[in-house]
Amino acid sequence: MSEKIILGIESSCDETGVGIVRLSEDGGITLLADQVASSVDQHARFGGVVPEVASRAHLEAMTPTMERALDEAGLSLSNVDAIAVTCGPGLAGALLVGVSAAKAYAAALDVPLYGVNHLAGHVAADTLQHGPLPAECLALLVSGGHTQLLKVEDLAGKITEIGSTIDDAAGEAYDKVARIIGLPYPGGPPIDKAAKQGDPDAIKFPRGLTGPRDPKFDFSFSGLKTAVARWVEAQEADGRPIPVDDVCASFQESVADVLTAKAVRAAKELGIGTLVISGGVAANSRLSGLARERCEEAGIELRVPRPRLCTDNGAMIAALGAHVVAAGVRPSSLELPTDPGLPVDTVYV
Amino acid sequence: MLVLALDTATPAVTAGVVDFDHEGLARTLATRVTIDARAHGELLTPHTKEALAEAGLDFADLDAVVCGSGPGPFTGLRAGMVTAAALGQALGKPVYPVSTLDALAADYAEVHRLLVVTDARRKEVYWARYENGHRVEGPDVCKPAGLEDVEVDLVVGAELLQRAVEPASPSPNGLVMAASPLFGRTPPPLTPLYLRRPDAVEPGARKRVSRA
Ligand SMILES: [Zn+2]
Repeated sequence: MSEKIILGIESSCDETGVGIVRLSEDGGITLLADQVASSVDQHARFGGVVPEVASRAHLEAMTPTMERALDEAGLSLSNVDAIAVTCGPGLAGALLVGVSAAKAYAAALDVPLYGVNHLAGHVAADTLQHGPLPAECLALLVSGGHTQLLKVEDLAGKITEIGSTIDDAAGEAYDKVARIIGLPYPGGPPIDKAAKQGDPDAIKFPRGLTGPRDPKFDFSFSGLKTAVARWVEAQEADGRPIPVDDVCASFQESVADVLTAKAVRAAKELGIGTLVISGGVAANSRLSGLARERCEEAGIELRVPRPRLCTDNGAMIAALGAHVVAAGVRPSSLELPTDPGLPVDTVYV
Repeated sequence: MLVLALDTATPAVTAGVVDFDHEGLARTLATRVTIDARAHGELLTPHTKEALAEAGLDFADLDAVVCGSGPGPFTGLRAGMVTAAALGQALGKPVYPVSTLDALAADYAEVHRLLVVTDARRKEVYWARYENGHRVEGPDVCKPAGLEDVEVDLVVGAELLQRAVEPASPSPNGLVMAASPLFGRTPPPLTPLYLRRPDAVEPGARKRVSRA
């Protein structure tokens, strides 16, 4: 196999991403370009991603983002050997923009198309920074859209879900709590910032699904959000000021505690020595800090890609595409459909 | 010049290859159309490849791409527009957007007073009115009842309006003829005609979770 240039297109939520990687003959993957256009500002006043607004933004951003990625890599489209695209899971209308574009590029350039899984892409992102994954690892994906614990045996094929959220995603809980205490959307960064000044033990918020009879590796954040709202309302009713920093620190502690405790427990019980944390919430300082502490204690290797690779981007899709190409998988049909609910064990379609 | 014509603003998934000559005449070489409002994203590129193959051509032979820019239901419309944009970028060829209603009207340029309607979903229609091949009113969106009294010689398009006759989607020929005044010029931006705002409401005051 000779060297190949793989292009990745991502449009499952509110980021239009185009990434380019080089797949070397020895299987090494090098990041050449990673360009993202975000519509996050357009969603702020709605307090969450509005699918139609996101889809409109994807259409506008697709070719300019492609142009910027090619410029960054110093390549032209004629250098591209394969195209990978997120075909699910995600927002239906948003996915359709990326998949339609990917098909057109693949057809016009006469190169193979690979429809791949967004969640597997988040795991693949880590290989761009830390190199190949060990034979077996556990991945914790946390973002505004997903909260999942995955067992990864082969990036190009064998991924199994160990647990997931039964209600809100972790990032969604951040957005909702930010709204309760009057912080801006998206809630992750402002809560993380305020939490640094607060006392994580000031308020005892609940730890979702940690009872003895609860599913061991599933998550729930809806009750936590309600508990925060109740606590804030009680303060207001008593005419007391809201200690925003303490609320943020205590809320964040609950989220980080549950996520890391369950991930480390899963790694121990399954006998897996490596934990990868990815997704937008992986950038949260308390989550990565606590994960580091607990992994060290348990003798587990922790891998957290830099924030730029954790949030949705095209580079992770290009990286996953490179793994799939290297595995010699058959390309997707040009009739490739989008699948908003694509299960994580379906890495490519 | 050889033009690829695409439209996904109606339930039809349309791709055609058209030869547009120096005299301003368009001749369709091959067409692929499937009526399936949910298949735009799946079928448009395969249809394009099939139409090119039937015409004995390759992507590299194309001189331009023409794409219906709506108005049309958003999701399908975007599939066509982003396909056209990506093809143009990959081939280094201009992409000309054209109103889907104008493209439908272009096949009836000889009709004195023409009304064109397409399906806007939610029991509404997109419409525009033409006189001797020129648009004089629209595009806009309304309930079919709002157009019942409009006096015209012919209504073309979706049967939501009972007087309307087929076709309900533009032909590759019509798309190319409607876009032809733009040929040779810098193409305008590929902006879809949405005519409706996104259905999104800004959240009001936060609801209390505890009982007052
Ligand atoms: Zn994601």
